[in-house]
This record gives sequence, structure tokens and C-alpha cells, in this order.
Amino acid sequence: MQEDKKQNKVDVIVVGAGPAGVSAAVTVARGGKKVVLVERGTFAGSKNMYGGVIYSHAAKEIFPDFEQSAPIERFVERHSYVLLSDEDDCTEICYRNPSHGKNSFVTARGDWDRWCVEQAMKEGVYFAPQTLVKNLIVENGKVVGITTDVEDYYADIVIIADGVNSLLAKQLGLRERIKPGNVVLGVKEVIKLSEETIEKRFALYPNAGAAIELVGGPFAGMFGLGFIYTNKNSVAVGLGVSLEDLKNKKLKPYELLDTLKSHPYVSRLIEGGELLEYSAHLIPEGGYKSMPVLYTDGAMVAGDAAMLVNNVHFEGTNFAMISGKYAGETALEAFEKNDFSANHLCLYKKKLLNSFILKDLIAYKDVVPTLTGRSSSFLGYYPEKVNEFFRIFTTTDGQPKKEKFQKFAKNFFAKRSLSELFSDAVAGIKLIFGILK
Amino acid sequence: MDEKIPEKIENKLYKLKYKTDETCHLNPDLSKCLQCLEKTCTIICPANVYCYNETEKKLTVSYEKCLECGACRIACEHIDWKYPKSGKGVIFKKS
Ligand SMILES: Cc1cc2nc3c(=O)[nH]c(=O)nc-3n(C[C@H](O)[C@H](O)[C@H](O)COP(=O)(O)OP(=O)(O)OC[C@H]3O[C@@H](n4cnc5c(N)ncnc54)[C@H](O)[C@@H]3O)c2cc1C
Ligand code: SF4
Ligand code: SF4
Repeated sequence: MQEDKKQNKVDVIVVGAGPAGVSAAVTVARGGKKVVLVERGTFAGSKNMYGGVIYSHAAKEIFPDFEQSAPIERFVERHSYVLLSDEDDCTEICYRNPSHGKNSFVTARGDWDRWCVEQAMKEGVYFAPQTLVKNLIVENGKVVGITTDVEDYYADIVIIADGVNSLLAKQLGLRERIKPGNVVLGVKEVIKLSEETIEKRFALYPNAGAAIELVGGPFAGMFGLGFIYTNKNSVAVGLGVSLEDLKNKKLKPYELLDTLKSHPYVSRLIEGGELLEYSAHLIPEGGYKSMPVLYTDGAMVAGDAAMLVNNVHFEGTNFAMISGKYAGETALEAFEKNDFSANHLCLYKKKLLNSFILKDLIAYKDVVPTLTGRSSSFLGYYPEKVNEFFRIFTTTDGQPKKEKFQKFAKNFFAKRSLSELFSDAVAGIKLIFGILK
Repeated sequence: MDEKIPEKIENKLYKLKYKTDETCHLNPDLSKCLQCLEKTCTIICPANVYCYNETEKKLTVSYEKCLECGACRIACEHIDWKYPKSGKGVIFKKS
């Protein structure tokens, strides 16, 4: 046993080759320590699905020259926010900025995660794909290694970056059972279209891309959002809806996606396209309030496994990459001090608290609970009213305008009790002050 | 809807690549399923893995279609849920 341990021992083991894991592993390797990155899929990215946007600031922090060889589909130049109505109209707010186009880019996880791991391997990370970690080995309260299908492996530190389901953080008791209200289920379809068709339909220059967020419509009154992202030769259309809402309203996720795809705003964009891939994944939802314990003797938790996601802005990969980097740095400092206990690893949490990661999560801690609590207002009634307003505003039919607006205003209050409007206003003010505070 | 984008979930899944595990990684406690009124697993699963046969009073689990998202594990406490074995299960390429 003792011999086995020595043979199979490295400095650091990282579980999960997503953005969090690869960033942690490459940081450790750059510090000259021996690190193994373990992934259950046949290649990095093969189990992963997301909306479609990676943020350049985070990518650059981990791989400074990424733009030269990374698999980038398109840089995002157009951001649209679309309020869908129950009928076939919608209101769109579109922000375009050709020069800030390098802020984020669209890529597929099958390509991006794989590319990241290839870079990390060049810098000395040992990659072990097709290896499922079944359990963590704990001795005298300290995490000392992992059990896999084949063998046991040992390390001074294990970084847990196994994603939203994090069975490993659960095993250690660092988090409780996840509730349906604390996750969003995402489904998406990648639809093939020619480059020219995409550029024409989305009004894009070559290499420029669009990121479109969809509110209301089929998700009216639910905590849910739709999205459309443009790849080079395909378009990703998907949605994320609270698992709690799917459960309570008895909705099948793929049927909801079909309804979304049949709204004229969406159907026109994907018409004539061919389905390339359908996929599903969970998004951690609970934010700061449902964050697990982030470290224990011999281990740290990073990325989705630590529930580090800002849902309102669809940001997850950047939180994952930077938290992974901090976990890697903390591990290196632990080797310097030769202290792998929670006492030292608490430094990881300090780094998170001093960065945008926990600052943002703390600022947004009430947003999701408020939006879910008043989703029938904020994600249903008001988007519908905006559409109704523009329907009236843009219709010329020989009726006096004043009467129409008066009717709209009367209706607005008739269908919404004063107490409800008051609750919404309070919730809205609380949200804004919560973020600005 | 266009033929090229299939409507049926089975045909959508047909586009995916899988390396099927020999054993089932999703094991609901079937005695609990008998008493379960909601049958939430048959609704929320994005791959339509679970089907309840009313006449036979049995839940069938087509685990080979699973996308490994974990939604059923969170929605129902009575599923012994594991990942498929190393390298097995679904393979996403363009997601
Ligand atoms: C629908 C949807 C849309 C999204 N859109 C965006 C977006 O546009 N932009 C954005 O920035 N973020 C987005 N996100 C969030 C983002 O995808 C995640 O926050 C990010 O992937 C988290 O990275 P991670 O490395 O922590 O986890 P993951 O990417 O989930 O990686 C975890 C890895 O661990 C492996 N693993 C798990 N368990 C084991 C085990 N026991 N043994 C071995 N390996 C294991 C998995 O196979 C996986 O490769 C979206 C998410 C979803 C679901
Ligand atoms: S698996 Fe759970 S939700 Fe599904 S039928 Fe059984 S008890 Fe009900
Ligand atoms: S893990 Fe997801 S895809 Fe697999 S059976 Fe459960 S809900 Fe369905």
C-alpha cells in the first residue's frame, strides 16, 4: 500500500477538464509542480455544453496568445435583447459595437476545451482522459487522492472542478443536496446554415457574430431565457429554464424549445437549416447563497462545482477559469509553505473575495431570488406590456392616438392590482440598490 | 417545421454519438415509482429517458439515450444516479 502510494503520487490532481480544471492545472504546471488533469470524457469538452460565448479577458489571463490559434467561430459584435410576446410580435433592443467586438467570442466546447487542454499539455500538464473519478480518498480528515475505475492516485492537493453536479464536493459534505429551484436546465440545438446566409440574416460582417437573448414568449412567467449565438457555419438556439418551473408546470424542455423555435423572430433566422447536434446541461443557479464550502484539508472547489455563475449575464466560463487559476496559485503557495491544510487553503477564498467573482456574486445575490419570486411580472407581464405599447405606437388605423394610449394605461392598471405593482416596484428598487450598494 | 430539423426527440438524439455503457447508470427505486404520483422524471428529462407503462405499472429507463445532465437526480430523490463508466456515454462535439 505504502509503495503503491509513492508510485502513483503527484503534487496536484485536478478533477474535470472544463474551463476551471484546465486553468487550475496549467497554473500549477507553470509553477513547476507535477499535475495530473483527470477527465471522464473521451476528450476534453465531449461532455460539455453551454450557450456559446467565452469572454476574452478570462481567456487572455490563462492563455495570453489565444487569439493566434484558438478555435474561434466569431467575435461578438452584436448584442440583442428581445422581448417576445405571446403573439408573433416582439421588441428588440440591439447594441452594436464593431470596435468592442473582441470582448467575447463564440466557440463550441468540443473545440475550445480540447484546444485549452492541448495548450496545457505543452506546458507540462499530464492529461488523463476517459478516467472517471469515483471517489476522493480521505485519510484523517484530509483529502489525499482519488479512486478511479482502474487505480488509486495520490496527491498533496486535489482541485475539484467536476462541474455543476459535483458528486465529489457532495461526497466530502462540502455542499448539500441541490434543490430544483437552484438549477436551470439548458437545452440547445446547433443548426447548420451557410456562412453567407448567417451574415445576411443577422446583418453581420464576415467573422463578426451575434449574441441574442430572448425574454418572455414561451417562458412568460417562468424563470427562463432563450438564446441565439452565431457560429461560422451554424447557429445555436437554446434556452435555460428553472428546473422547479419545468417540474411545477409539467413542461418538457425540448417541447419548450420547439415553441421558442416557432416564434417568427426565431423561425426566420433558422429557416432551411439542418440540425447538427442537440444537447442538454444544468446551470447552477443559486448564486452566492447556495455556494458550497470552498476548501477543506487537501482540497479546493472551483467553477460550477462551487456554483460560481452569474446567470443574469450568462457568465460562467470566466468565473470558472479565474477561480481555477486562483485555486492553482493557492496550491503553489501551499507547497512553498508545505501546508496543505484548510488553514492555508483559506487563501483561495480570500482571492475570490478580492476579485470580480465574489464581488459580483455578492452584488447579485438577491437578483435571482427576486426574479424567480416575481417572474410572472418581470419575465411575463411587463415584457408583454412593452410589446402591447409598441403595437399601439406603430399602428396607424385612423383611430385617435390619445384614446388608444388612455385605453392602454387603463388596462395596465386594471390587470395588475396596486399591491402587485407596489411589490414589483419595491423589488425593482431593491435589485438596483442591491447591485449598486 | 422543416424536415431537416426533426421534431421528435428520438430523431434529434439520433444525430448524437454515444458509446453505450454495458450497464445502466440510472437506477430508480422502482418500489418508490409505484407510489409516485408526479412521475417528474418522465417530464423534465431532456432526452426522454424515462417512460411509465401504465398497464405494466413499470418505469422503463432507456439509459442509452441519457445526456448525463443530472436533472433527474435533482428532481427526484429516489434515483441512484451515477455517471457512465470512464469514456462511455454521450459525446458532444459542437455544443
Ligand atoms: C445552457 C447553458 C448556457 C451557458 N452559456 C454560457 C455562456 O454563453 N458563457 C459562459 O461563460 N458560460 C455559460 N454557461 C456556463 C458555463 O458553461 C459554465 O459555468 C462552465 O462550463 C463551468 O466550467 P467548469 O470547468 O466549472 O465545469 P464544466 O465545464 O462542467 O467541466 C467539468 C468537467 O468535469 C468532468 N467531470 C465531472 N465529473 C467527473 C468525474 N467524476 N471524473 C472525471 N471527470 C469529471 C466533466 O466531464 C467536465 O468536462 C452556460 C451553461 C449552460 C448549461
Ligand atoms: S424515478 Fe422518481 S420521479 Fe420517476 S417515477 Fe420513480 S419516484 Fe417518480
Ligand atoms: S441525467 Fe439528464 S438526460 Fe440523463 S436521464 Fe437524467 S434527466 Fe435525462
